[in-house]
Amino acid sequence: MHVLLEPGLFSNDTVRTALVLGALVSIVSGVVGVFTVLRGQSFAGHALTDVATAGGAGASLAALSPLAGFIGGGVIGAGAMDAIGVQRVKDRDVATGVVLGAATGLSALFLYLITLQTTTTGSTQSILFGSVFTVEPSTLPDVLVLTALVLVGLAVIRRPLLMSSISPELAAARGVRLRAVGIVFMVMLAVAVGLSAIVIGSILSTALLIGPPASALRVSTRLSRALLLACALGVAATWLGIVFAYDSYYWFGSGRGLPVSFFVVVDVLAEFVLVSLVARRRRRLLAPFGRGARPDHVGWI
Amino acid sequence: MTNAWLSGTIIAFLAGSVGFFVVLRGSAFAAHAIPNGAFAGAAGANLVGVNPLVGLVVFALGAAFGISSLSRRTRSDVATALALVMMLALGAAFLATSSAYEPAVNALLFGEILGVSSNELLPVALLAVVSAVGLAVLYRPLLLSSISSDLAVARGVNVRLIDVSFLVVVALSSALAVPVVGALLTFSLMIGPPAAARIVTSRPPRALALSVGFSMLTLWAAVASSYWTNLPIGFFVGTLSAAVYLAAKVWSRAQSRRLRRALA
Repeated sequence: MHVLLEPGLFSNDTVRTALVLGALVSIVSGVVGVFTVLRGQSFAGHALTDVATAGGAGASLAALSPLAGFIGGGVIGAGAMDAIGVQRVKDRDVATGVVLGAATGLSALFLYLITLQTTTTGSTQSILFGSVFTVEPSTLPDVLVLTALVLVGLAVIRRPLLMSSISPELAAARGVRLRAVGIVFMVMLAVAVGLSAIVIGSILSTALLIGPPASALRVSTRLSRALLLACALGVAATWLGIVFAYDSYYWFGSGRGLPVSFFVVVDVLAEFVLVSLVARRRRRLLAPFGRGARPDHVGWI
Repeated sequence: MTNAWLSGTIIAFLAGSVGFFVVLRGSAFAAHAIPNGAFAGAAGANLVGVNPLVGLVVFALGAAFGISSLSRRTRSDVATALALVMMLALGAAFLATSSAYEPAVNALLFGEILGVSSNELLPVALLAVVSAVGLAVLYRPLLLSSISSDLAVARGVNVRLIDVSFLVVVALSSALAVPVVGALLTFSLMIGPPAAARIVTSRPPRALALSVGFSMLTLWAAVASSYWTNLPIGFFVGTLSAAVYLAAKVWSRAQSRRLRRALA
Protein backbone atom coordinates (compact mmCIF):
# COMPACT_ATOMS: atom_id res chain seq x y z
CA MET A 1 0.00 0.00 0.00
CA HIS A 2 2.85 2.28 0.83
CA VAL A 3 4.16 1.93 -2.72
CA LEU A 4 0.93 3.12 -4.32
CA LEU A 5 -0.15 5.74 -1.82
CA GLU A 6 2.70 7.89 -0.70
CA PRO A 7 2.45 9.37 2.81
CA GLY A 8 0.33 12.47 3.19
CA LEU A 9 -1.71 11.92 0.04
CA PHE A 10 -5.16 12.40 1.51
CA SER A 11 -4.25 14.87 4.22
CA ASN A 12 -2.99 17.25 1.54
CA ASP A 13 -5.50 20.07 0.81
CA THR A 14 -4.31 20.57 -2.76
CA VAL A 15 -4.81 16.90 -3.49
CA ARG A 16 -8.27 16.88 -1.91
CA THR A 17 -9.42 19.87 -3.99
CA ALA A 18 -7.93 18.23 -7.06
CA LEU A 19 -9.79 14.98 -6.41
CA VAL A 20 -13.16 16.73 -5.96
CA LEU A 21 -12.84 19.13 -8.90
CA GLY A 22 -11.34 16.41 -11.10
CA ALA A 23 -14.29 14.12 -10.40
CA LEU A 24 -16.86 16.86 -11.16
CA VAL A 25 -15.20 17.72 -14.44
CA SER A 26 -14.85 14.04 -15.41
CA ILE A 27 -18.57 13.53 -14.84
CA VAL A 28 -19.71 16.49 -16.91
CA SER A 29 -17.20 15.58 -19.65
CA GLY A 30 -18.37 11.97 -19.65
CA VAL A 31 -22.03 12.90 -20.08
CA VAL A 32 -21.48 15.60 -22.71
CA GLY A 33 -18.83 13.41 -24.36
CA VAL A 34 -21.21 10.50 -25.03
CA PHE A 35 -23.34 12.82 -27.18
CA THR A 36 -20.26 14.43 -28.73
CA VAL A 37 -18.90 11.06 -29.85
CA LEU A 38 -22.34 9.92 -31.07
CA ARG A 39 -22.66 13.12 -33.13
CA GLY A 40 -19.13 12.79 -34.54
CA GLN A 41 -18.16 16.19 -33.15
CA SER A 42 -14.85 15.28 -31.49
CA PHE A 43 -13.05 17.93 -33.52
CA ALA A 44 -15.48 20.65 -32.44
CA GLY A 45 -15.16 19.44 -28.84
CA HIS A 46 -11.40 19.73 -29.00
CA ALA A 47 -11.45 23.03 -30.90
CA LEU A 48 -13.78 24.65 -28.37
CA THR A 49 -11.24 23.82 -25.66
CA ASP A 50 -8.58 25.83 -27.45
CA VAL A 51 -11.05 28.63 -28.18
CA ALA A 52 -11.96 28.69 -24.49
CA THR A 53 -8.25 28.85 -23.63
CA ALA A 54 -7.91 31.92 -25.88
CA GLY A 55 -10.83 33.47 -24.01
CA GLY A 56 -9.24 32.66 -20.67
CA ALA A 57 -5.91 34.17 -21.71
CA GLY A 58 -7.68 37.28 -23.01
CA ALA A 59 -9.63 37.65 -19.77
CA SER A 60 -6.55 37.33 -17.61
CA LEU A 61 -4.85 40.00 -19.76
CA ALA A 62 -7.83 42.33 -19.31
CA ALA A 63 -7.96 41.51 -15.57
CA LEU A 64 -11.40 39.91 -15.91
CA SER A 65 -12.49 36.69 -14.27
CA PRO A 66 -10.70 33.79 -16.02
CA LEU A 67 -13.73 31.52 -15.64
CA ALA A 68 -15.90 34.07 -17.47
CA GLY A 69 -13.20 34.27 -20.14
CA PHE A 70 -13.06 30.51 -20.63
CA ILE A 71 -16.83 30.10 -20.81
CA GLY A 72 -17.40 33.27 -22.85
CA GLY A 73 -14.64 32.36 -25.31
CA GLY A 74 -16.10 28.90 -25.80
CA VAL A 75 -19.64 30.19 -26.37
CA ILE A 76 -18.47 32.84 -28.86
CA GLY A 77 -16.44 30.16 -30.68
CA ALA A 78 -19.48 27.88 -30.87
CA GLY A 79 -21.50 30.77 -32.32
CA ALA A 80 -18.80 31.53 -34.89
CA MET A 81 -18.64 27.89 -36.01
CA ASP A 82 -22.41 27.84 -36.42
CA ALA A 83 -22.37 31.12 -38.37
CA ILE A 84 -19.76 29.80 -40.84
CA GLY A 85 -21.80 26.65 -41.31
CA VAL A 86 -21.79 23.38 -39.43
CA GLN A 87 -24.78 21.81 -41.11
CA ARG A 88 -22.95 19.78 -43.79
CA VAL A 89 -20.26 17.47 -42.47
CA LYS A 90 -17.43 18.71 -44.73
CA ASP A 91 -18.31 22.38 -44.17
CA ARG A 92 -18.29 21.64 -40.48
CA ASP A 93 -14.69 20.47 -40.71
CA VAL A 94 -13.57 23.69 -42.41
CA ALA A 95 -15.69 25.92 -40.13
CA THR A 96 -14.20 24.29 -37.06
CA GLY A 97 -10.69 24.54 -38.49
CA VAL A 98 -10.99 28.22 -39.41
CA VAL A 99 -12.39 29.21 -36.01
CA LEU A 100 -9.77 27.10 -34.23
CA GLY A 101 -6.98 28.68 -36.29
CA ALA A 102 -8.14 32.23 -35.59
CA ALA A 103 -8.59 31.52 -31.88
CA THR A 104 -5.18 29.87 -31.58
CA GLY A 105 -3.66 32.89 -33.30
CA LEU A 106 -5.27 35.12 -30.68
CA SER A 107 -3.98 32.78 -27.94
CA ALA A 108 -0.48 33.23 -29.34
CA LEU A 109 -0.86 37.01 -29.03
CA PHE A 110 -2.44 36.99 -25.56
CA LEU A 111 0.05 34.52 -24.09
CA TYR A 112 2.93 36.53 -25.53
CA LEU A 113 1.55 39.72 -23.96
CA ILE A 114 1.06 37.88 -20.65
CA THR A 115 4.70 36.76 -20.65
CA LEU A 116 5.70 40.41 -21.16
CA GLN A 117 3.58 41.47 -18.16
CA THR A 118 4.55 38.85 -15.63
CA THR A 119 7.92 37.77 -14.42
CA THR A 120 6.84 34.29 -13.32
CA THR A 121 7.89 31.58 -15.72
CA GLY A 122 5.79 28.71 -16.93
CA SER A 123 2.58 30.72 -17.30
CA THR A 124 2.12 29.72 -20.95
CA GLN A 125 2.52 26.06 -20.18
CA SER A 126 0.26 26.13 -17.16
CA ILE A 127 -2.47 27.82 -19.20
CA LEU A 128 -2.05 25.44 -22.13
CA PHE A 129 -1.33 22.16 -20.43
CA GLY A 130 -3.03 22.89 -17.15
CA SER A 131 -2.52 21.31 -13.81
CA VAL A 132 -5.24 20.23 -11.48
CA PHE A 133 -2.87 20.97 -8.58
CA THR A 134 -2.99 24.71 -9.30
CA VAL A 135 -6.77 25.04 -9.08
CA GLU A 136 -8.07 27.52 -6.51
CA PRO A 137 -10.56 25.92 -4.09
CA SER A 138 -12.64 29.11 -4.38
CA THR A 139 -13.72 28.15 -7.91
CA LEU A 140 -15.52 25.11 -6.54
CA PRO A 141 -18.98 26.75 -6.12
CA ASP A 142 -18.91 28.19 -9.66
CA VAL A 143 -17.85 24.84 -11.07
CA LEU A 144 -20.66 23.10 -9.17
CA VAL A 145 -23.32 25.50 -10.45
CA LEU A 146 -22.16 25.30 -14.07
CA THR A 147 -21.89 21.51 -13.93
CA ALA A 148 -25.46 21.31 -12.63
CA LEU A 149 -26.69 23.71 -15.35
CA VAL A 150 -25.14 21.63 -18.14
CA LEU A 151 -26.46 18.34 -16.74
CA VAL A 152 -29.98 19.71 -16.26
CA GLY A 153 -29.94 21.27 -19.74
CA LEU A 154 -28.90 17.96 -21.29
CA ALA A 155 -31.60 16.11 -19.37
CA VAL A 156 -34.19 18.54 -20.76
CA ILE A 157 -33.19 18.13 -24.42
CA ARG A 158 -32.07 14.50 -24.22
CA ARG A 159 -34.79 13.01 -26.46
CA PRO A 160 -34.52 15.35 -29.47
CA LEU A 161 -30.74 15.47 -28.95
CA LEU A 162 -30.35 11.70 -28.98
CA MET A 163 -32.62 11.29 -31.98
CA SER A 164 -30.89 14.00 -33.99
CA SER A 165 -27.49 12.55 -33.06
CA ILE A 166 -28.27 9.00 -34.15
CA SER A 167 -30.55 9.61 -37.11
CA PRO A 168 -30.96 13.22 -38.26
CA GLU A 169 -33.37 12.17 -41.04
CA LEU A 170 -35.71 10.44 -38.63
CA ALA A 171 -35.50 13.36 -36.20
CA ALA A 172 -36.35 15.85 -38.95
CA ALA A 173 -39.30 13.70 -40.03
CA ARG A 174 -40.58 13.70 -36.47
CA GLY A 175 -40.46 17.49 -36.37
CA VAL A 176 -37.24 17.98 -34.35
CA ARG A 177 -35.63 21.32 -35.17
CA LEU A 178 -32.13 20.05 -35.95
CA ARG A 179 -30.43 23.44 -36.13
CA ALA A 180 -31.87 24.62 -32.81
CA VAL A 181 -30.91 21.36 -31.07
CA GLY A 182 -27.44 21.58 -32.65
CA ILE A 183 -26.88 25.13 -31.39
CA VAL A 184 -28.11 24.36 -27.86
CA PHE A 185 -25.82 21.33 -27.73
CA MET A 186 -22.83 23.32 -29.00
CA VAL A 187 -23.38 25.92 -26.26
CA MET A 188 -23.50 23.19 -23.61
CA LEU A 189 -20.40 21.61 -25.10
CA ALA A 190 -18.68 25.00 -24.96
CA VAL A 191 -19.59 25.49 -21.29
CA ALA A 192 -18.51 21.95 -20.40
CA VAL A 193 -15.12 22.16 -22.12
CA GLY A 194 -14.55 25.72 -20.88
CA LEU A 195 -15.10 24.40 -17.39
CA SER A 196 -12.78 21.45 -17.81
CA ALA A 197 -10.15 23.53 -19.63
CA ILE A 198 -9.84 25.94 -16.70
CA VAL A 199 -9.80 23.15 -14.10
CA ILE A 200 -7.57 20.55 -15.77
CA GLY A 201 -6.15 22.18 -18.91
CA SER A 202 -6.91 21.73 -22.57
CA ILE A 203 -5.16 18.37 -23.11
CA LEU A 204 -7.14 16.65 -20.39
CA SER A 205 -10.33 18.38 -21.38
CA THR A 206 -10.21 16.64 -24.77
CA ALA A 207 -8.94 13.37 -23.30
CA LEU A 208 -11.84 13.12 -20.83
CA LEU A 209 -14.42 14.37 -23.33
CA ILE A 210 -13.58 11.74 -25.96
CA GLY A 211 -11.72 8.82 -24.34
CA PRO A 212 -14.11 7.48 -21.66
CA PRO A 213 -17.27 8.06 -23.77
CA ALA A 214 -15.69 6.33 -26.80
CA SER A 215 -14.77 3.37 -24.56
CA ALA A 216 -18.23 3.27 -22.98
CA LEU A 217 -19.99 3.38 -26.36
CA ARG A 218 -18.05 0.30 -27.52
CA VAL A 219 -19.67 -1.96 -24.94
CA SER A 220 -22.88 -0.32 -23.77
CA THR A 221 -26.17 -1.51 -25.14
CA ARG A 222 -28.18 1.21 -23.40
CA LEU A 223 -27.77 4.97 -23.15
CA SER A 224 -28.02 5.05 -19.36
CA ARG A 225 -25.27 2.43 -19.08
CA ALA A 226 -23.07 4.28 -21.56
CA LEU A 227 -23.44 7.49 -19.55
CA LEU A 228 -22.69 5.79 -16.23
CA LEU A 229 -19.73 3.86 -17.62
CA ALA A 230 -18.30 6.99 -19.27
CA CYS A 231 -18.48 8.88 -15.97
CA ALA A 232 -16.99 5.98 -14.00
CA LEU A 233 -14.11 5.52 -16.45
CA GLY A 234 -13.45 9.26 -16.46
CA VAL A 235 -13.40 9.59 -12.67
CA ALA A 236 -11.20 6.48 -12.35
CA ALA A 237 -8.69 7.80 -14.89
CA THR A 238 -8.56 11.21 -13.23
CA TRP A 239 -8.14 9.89 -9.69
CA LEU A 240 -5.51 7.33 -10.68
CA GLY A 241 -3.70 10.03 -12.64
CA ILE A 242 -3.69 12.37 -9.65
CA VAL A 243 -2.37 9.63 -7.35
CA PHE A 244 0.37 8.65 -9.81
CA ALA A 245 1.36 12.27 -10.38
CA TYR A 246 1.58 12.88 -6.63
CA ASP A 247 3.61 9.71 -6.19
CA SER A 248 5.89 10.56 -9.08
CA TYR A 249 7.45 13.34 -7.01
CA TYR A 250 9.12 10.56 -5.04
CA TRP A 251 10.10 8.31 -7.97
CA PHE A 252 13.15 10.10 -9.23
CA GLY A 253 14.33 11.39 -5.89
CA SER A 254 14.78 14.81 -7.48
CA GLY A 255 11.56 16.30 -6.12
CA ARG A 256 10.34 16.79 -9.68
CA GLY A 257 7.29 14.83 -10.81
CA LEU A 258 5.65 14.11 -14.10
CA PRO A 259 2.55 16.15 -15.02
CA VAL A 260 -0.94 14.96 -14.06
CA SER A 261 -2.08 15.32 -17.67
CA PHE A 262 0.43 12.69 -18.76
CA PHE A 263 -0.83 10.09 -16.28
CA VAL A 264 -4.52 10.78 -16.87
CA VAL A 265 -4.07 10.45 -20.65
CA VAL A 266 -2.19 7.17 -20.20
CA ASP A 267 -5.06 5.91 -17.97
CA VAL A 268 -7.68 6.99 -20.51
CA LEU A 269 -5.88 5.19 -23.34
CA ALA A 270 -5.33 2.07 -21.21
CA GLU A 271 -9.05 2.00 -20.45
CA PHE A 272 -9.84 2.33 -24.14
CA VAL A 273 -7.57 -0.61 -25.03
CA LEU A 274 -8.94 -2.76 -22.18
CA VAL A 275 -12.57 -2.04 -23.00
CA SER A 276 -11.91 -2.76 -26.69
CA LEU A 277 -10.40 -6.14 -25.76
CA VAL A 278 -13.38 -6.95 -23.54
CA ALA A 279 -15.79 -5.90 -26.29
CA ARG A 280 -14.07 -8.10 -28.85
CA ARG A 281 -13.98 -11.09 -26.51
CA ARG A 282 -17.61 -10.71 -25.62
CA ARG A 283 -18.63 -10.44 -29.26
CA ARG A 284 -16.76 -13.65 -30.02
CA LEU A 285 -18.37 -15.48 -27.09
CA LEU A 286 -21.88 -14.28 -27.93
CA ALA A 287 -21.60 -14.67 -31.71
CA PRO A 288 -22.91 -18.29 -31.79
CA PHE A 289 -26.08 -17.08 -30.06
CA GLY A 290 -26.71 -14.35 -32.61
CA ARG A 291 -25.95 -11.61 -30.10
CA GLY A 292 -22.42 -10.77 -31.08
CA ALA A 293 -23.16 -7.63 -33.07
CA ARG A 294 -21.52 -4.33 -32.21
CA PRO A 295 -23.90 -2.02 -30.37
CA ASP A 296 -25.31 0.17 -33.16
CA HIS A 297 -27.18 2.69 -30.96
CA VAL A 298 -30.14 2.89 -33.38
CA GLY A 299 -32.31 1.06 -30.85
CA TRP A 300 -31.72 3.91 -28.38
CA ILE A 301 -34.15 6.28 -30.02
CA MET B 1 16.06 37.30 -42.90
CA THR B 2 16.95 35.61 -46.22
CA ASN B 3 16.56 32.30 -44.40
CA ALA B 4 13.16 33.34 -43.10
CA TRP B 5 11.95 34.20 -46.60
CA LEU B 6 13.37 31.04 -48.16
CA SER B 7 12.09 28.64 -45.51
CA GLY B 8 8.78 30.51 -45.37
CA THR B 9 8.29 30.15 -49.10
CA ILE B 10 9.06 26.43 -49.03
CA ILE B 11 6.65 25.92 -46.12
CA ALA B 12 3.87 27.96 -47.70
CA PHE B 13 4.21 26.11 -51.00
CA LEU B 14 3.89 22.73 -49.25
CA ALA B 15 1.13 23.83 -46.86
CA GLY B 16 -0.89 25.24 -49.75
CA SER B 17 -0.67 22.08 -51.83
CA VAL B 18 -1.12 19.61 -48.95
CA GLY B 19 -3.89 21.80 -47.52
CA PHE B 20 -5.87 21.61 -50.75
CA PHE B 21 -6.29 17.89 -50.12
CA VAL B 22 -6.80 18.34 -46.38
CA VAL B 23 -9.82 20.54 -47.08
CA LEU B 24 -11.08 18.29 -49.88
CA ARG B 25 -10.89 15.20 -47.67
CA GLY B 26 -12.23 16.87 -44.55
CA SER B 27 -9.12 15.91 -42.56
CA ALA B 28 -8.64 19.21 -40.73
CA PHE B 29 -8.54 17.41 -37.38
CA ALA B 30 -5.69 15.14 -38.46
CA ALA B 31 -3.84 18.15 -39.86
CA HIS B 32 -4.25 19.79 -36.44
CA ALA B 33 -3.15 16.69 -34.50
CA ILE B 34 -0.02 15.76 -36.47
CA PRO B 35 1.93 19.03 -35.86
CA ASN B 36 1.25 18.56 -32.14
CA GLY B 37 2.96 15.19 -32.46
CA ALA B 38 5.89 17.03 -34.03
CA PHE B 39 5.92 19.34 -31.01
CA ALA B 40 6.27 16.35 -28.67
CA GLY B 41 9.12 15.13 -30.89
CA ALA B 42 10.99 18.41 -30.65
CA ALA B 43 10.58 18.38 -26.86
CA GLY B 44 11.81 14.77 -26.72
CA ALA B 45 14.78 15.51 -28.98
CA ASN B 46 15.73 18.34 -26.64
CA LEU B 47 15.57 15.89 -23.72
CA VAL B 48 17.83 13.21 -25.21
CA GLY B 49 19.99 15.70 -27.08
CA VAL B 50 19.50 14.79 -30.74
CA ASN B 51 18.82 17.09 -33.69
CA PRO B 52 15.31 18.60 -33.26
CA LEU B 53 14.49 17.99 -36.93
CA VAL B 54 14.87 14.23 -36.31
CA GLY B 55 12.46 14.43 -33.37
CA LEU B 56 9.98 16.50 -35.38
CA VAL B 57 9.93 14.07 -38.29
CA VAL B 58 9.87 10.86 -36.21
CA PHE B 59 7.04 12.00 -33.92
CA ALA B 60 4.98 13.56 -36.71
CA LEU B 61 5.21 10.22 -38.55
CA GLY B 62 4.33 8.44 -35.29
CA ALA B 63 1.20 10.59 -34.95
CA ALA B 64 0.24 9.86 -38.57
CA PHE B 65 0.63 6.09 -38.16
CA GLY B 66 -1.10 6.24 -34.76
CA ILE B 67 -4.13 7.96 -36.27
CA SER B 68 -4.35 5.57 -39.20
CA SER B 69 -3.99 2.41 -37.10
CA LEU B 70 -6.49 3.59 -34.47
CA SER B 71 -8.90 4.58 -37.27
CA ARG B 72 -9.23 0.92 -38.17
CA ARG B 73 -10.72 0.24 -34.73
CA THR B 74 -12.90 3.26 -34.13
CA ARG B 75 -14.33 6.37 -35.80
CA SER B 76 -11.59 8.47 -37.32
CA ASP B 77 -12.41 11.63 -35.34
CA VAL B 78 -12.20 9.67 -32.07
CA ALA B 79 -8.93 8.05 -33.23
CA THR B 80 -7.49 11.47 -34.05
CA ALA B 81 -8.54 12.90 -30.69
CA LEU B 82 -6.92 10.00 -28.81
CA ALA B 83 -3.68 10.25 -30.81
CA LEU B 84 -3.65 14.02 -30.28
CA VAL B 85 -3.99 13.89 -26.50
CA MET B 86 -1.36 11.14 -26.27
CA MET B 87 1.11 13.27 -28.23
CA LEU B 88 0.39 16.42 -26.20
CA ALA B 89 0.69 14.49 -22.94
CA LEU B 90 4.05 13.07 -24.04
CA GLY B 91 5.14 16.59 -24.95
CA ALA B 92 4.10 17.86 -21.51
CA ALA B 93 5.97 14.97 -19.83
CA PHE B 94 9.14 15.65 -21.85
CA LEU B 95 8.97 19.34 -20.96
CA ALA B 96 8.48 18.55 -17.27
CA THR B 97 11.51 16.25 -17.13
CA SER B 98 13.86 18.51 -19.05
CA SER B 99 14.41 22.05 -17.95
CA ALA B 100 13.42 23.60 -21.24
CA TYR B 101 13.95 27.29 -21.67
CA GLU B 102 10.47 28.85 -21.79
CA PRO B 103 10.91 31.17 -24.81
CA ALA B 104 12.16 28.13 -26.76
CA VAL B 105 8.99 26.22 -25.87
CA ASN B 106 6.81 29.17 -26.86
CA ALA B 107 8.65 29.46 -30.18
CA LEU B 108 7.90 25.81 -30.85
CA LEU B 109 4.21 26.29 -30.05
CA PHE B 110 3.60 29.68 -31.66
CA GLY B 111 6.36 29.97 -34.23
CA GLU B 112 9.60 31.88 -34.76
CA ILE B 113 10.42 33.48 -38.11
CA LEU B 114 14.07 32.58 -37.70
CA GLY B 115 13.12 29.00 -36.74
CA VAL B 116 15.20 27.46 -39.52
CA SER B 117 18.93 28.17 -39.32
CA SER B 118 21.11 28.29 -42.42
CA ASN B 119 22.63 24.85 -41.83
CA GLU B 120 19.12 23.38 -41.54
CA LEU B 121 17.99 24.92 -44.82
CA LEU B 122 19.39 22.05 -46.90
CA PRO B 123 17.71 19.18 -45.00
CA VAL B 124 14.48 21.22 -44.92
CA ALA B 125 14.61 21.75 -48.69
CA LEU B 126 15.35 18.03 -49.27
CA LEU B 127 12.40 16.94 -47.11
CA ALA B 128 10.19 19.45 -48.90
CA VAL B 129 11.19 17.96 -52.25
CA VAL B 130 10.38 14.46 -50.93
CA SER B 131 6.90 15.60 -49.80
CA ALA B 132 6.22 17.46 -53.04
CA VAL B 133 7.26 14.45 -55.14
CA GLY B 134 5.12 12.20 -52.93
CA LEU B 135 2.14 14.47 -53.45
CA ALA B 136 2.71 14.57 -57.21
CA VAL B 137 2.85 10.76 -57.38
CA LEU B 138 -0.31 10.50 -55.27
CA TYR B 139 -2.14 13.29 -57.14
CA ARG B 140 -4.59 11.31 -59.31
CA PRO B 141 -5.59 8.46 -56.93
CA LEU B 142 -5.64 10.91 -54.02
CA LEU B 143 -7.96 13.29 -55.86
CA LEU B 144 -10.23 10.43 -56.84
CA SER B 145 -10.39 8.87 -53.37
CA SER B 146 -10.92 12.30 -51.78
CA ILE B 147 -13.92 13.03 -53.97
CA SER B 148 -15.47 9.58 -53.91
CA SER B 149 -13.87 6.73 -52.06
CA ASP B 150 -16.42 4.26 -53.55
CA LEU B 151 -15.46 5.25 -57.06
CA ALA B 152 -11.78 4.92 -56.15
CA VAL B 153 -12.34 1.40 -54.79
CA ALA B 154 -14.24 0.46 -57.96
CA ARG B 155 -11.29 1.65 -60.06
CA GLY B 156 -8.96 -0.59 -58.06
CA VAL B 157 -7.30 2.13 -55.96
CA ASN B 158 -5.96 0.88 -52.62
CA VAL B 159 -7.77 3.52 -50.55
CA ARG B 160 -6.19 2.52 -47.25
CA LEU B 161 -2.68 2.82 -48.71
CA ILE B 162 -3.59 6.23 -50.15
CA ASP B 163 -4.91 7.33 -46.74
CA VAL B 164 -1.72 6.35 -44.94
CA SER B 165 0.55 7.83 -47.62
CA PHE B 166 -1.36 11.10 -47.48
CA LEU B 167 -0.98 11.30 -43.69
CA VAL B 168 2.77 10.67 -44.15
CA VAL B 169 2.97 13.63 -46.53
CA VAL B 170 1.03 15.76 -44.01
CA ALA B 171 3.49 14.62 -41.32
CA LEU B 172 6.60 15.54 -43.34
CA SER B 173 5.25 18.97 -44.29
CA SER B 174 4.16 19.61 -40.69
CA ALA B 175 7.60 18.69 -39.37
CA LEU B 176 9.10 21.36 -41.64
CA ALA B 177 6.52 24.00 -40.81
CA VAL B 178 6.45 23.61 -37.01
CA PRO B 179 9.78 25.40 -36.21
CA VAL B 180 8.70 28.47 -38.19
CA VAL B 181 4.91 28.64 -37.89
CA GLY B 182 4.52 26.82 -34.56
CA ALA B 183 2.91 23.50 -33.65
CA LEU B 184 -0.45 25.05 -32.81
CA LEU B 185 -0.73 27.17 -35.95
CA THR B 186 0.72 24.99 -38.71
CA PHE B 187 -2.67 23.51 -39.51
CA SER B 188 -4.34 26.91 -39.96
CA LEU B 189 -2.16 27.52 -43.03
CA MET B 190 -3.43 24.19 -44.37
CA ILE B 191 -7.11 25.14 -43.83
CA GLY B 192 -7.81 28.85 -44.36
CA PRO B 193 -6.07 29.55 -47.70
CA PRO B 194 -7.08 26.21 -49.34
CA ALA B 195 -10.69 26.56 -48.18
CA ALA B 196 -10.71 30.09 -49.62
CA ALA B 197 -9.35 28.75 -52.93
CA ARG B 198 -12.09 26.12 -53.03
CA ILE B 199 -14.73 28.82 -52.59
CA VAL B 200 -13.30 30.89 -55.44
CA THR B 201 -13.00 28.06 -57.96
CA SER B 202 -14.20 24.47 -58.09
CA ARG B 203 -11.76 23.20 -60.73
CA PRO B 204 -9.10 21.10 -58.98
CA PRO B 205 -5.92 22.27 -60.80
CA ARG B 206 -6.92 25.92 -60.56
CA ALA B 207 -7.97 25.58 -56.92
CA LEU B 208 -4.66 23.89 -56.12
CA ALA B 209 -2.67 26.72 -57.75
CA LEU B 210 -4.78 29.36 -56.03
CA SER B 211 -4.39 27.57 -52.70
CA VAL B 212 -0.60 27.70 -53.01
CA GLY B 213 -0.82 31.38 -53.98
CA PHE B 214 -3.05 32.31 -51.04
CA SER B 215 -0.90 30.34 -48.65
CA MET B 216 2.28 32.11 -49.83
CA LEU B 217 0.66 35.54 -49.53
CA THR B 218 -0.55 34.69 -46.03
CA LEU B 219 2.85 33.49 -44.86
CA TRP B 220 4.81 36.35 -46.45
CA ALA B 221 2.47 38.87 -44.88
CA ALA B 222 2.80 37.06 -41.54
CA VAL B 223 6.61 36.99 -41.69
CA ALA B 224 6.73 40.71 -42.56
CA SER B 225 4.22 41.69 -39.84
CA SER B 226 5.99 39.60 -37.24
CA TYR B 227 9.32 41.14 -38.20
CA TRP B 228 7.98 44.70 -37.92
CA THR B 229 5.87 44.33 -34.79
CA ASN B 230 7.97 41.75 -32.93
CA LEU B 231 4.77 39.84 -32.09
CA PRO B 232 4.71 36.02 -32.51
CA ILE B 233 4.26 34.90 -36.12
CA GLY B 234 1.59 32.40 -35.06
CA PHE B 235 -0.77 35.25 -34.25
CA PHE B 236 -0.51 36.58 -37.82
CA VAL B 237 -0.66 33.16 -39.51
CA GLY B 238 -3.78 32.17 -37.55
CA THR B 239 -5.72 35.38 -37.98
CA LEU B 240 -4.63 36.07 -41.58
CA SER B 241 -5.58 32.52 -42.64
CA ALA B 242 -9.04 33.04 -41.21
CA ALA B 243 -9.20 36.49 -42.84
CA VAL B 244 -8.38 35.04 -46.29
CA TYR B 245 -11.18 32.52 -45.83
CA LEU B 246 -13.68 35.18 -44.74
CA ALA B 247 -12.70 37.45 -47.64
CA ALA B 248 -13.35 34.60 -50.09
CA LYS B 249 -16.75 33.95 -48.49
CA VAL B 250 -17.74 37.60 -48.73
CA TRP B 251 -16.50 37.75 -52.34
CA SER B 252 -18.50 34.69 -53.36
CA ARG B 253 -21.63 36.04 -51.71
CA ALA B 254 -21.26 39.36 -53.53
CA GLN B 255 -20.63 37.44 -56.75
CA SER B 256 -23.82 35.38 -56.45
CA ARG B 257 -25.82 38.48 -55.57
CA ARG B 258 -24.55 40.21 -58.72
CA LEU B 259 -25.43 37.12 -60.76
CA ARG B 260 -28.93 37.04 -59.31
CA ARG B 261 -29.42 40.71 -60.09
CA ALA B 262 -28.20 40.19 -63.66
CA LEU B 263 -30.67 37.34 -64.15
CA ALA B 264 -33.61 39.17 -62.62
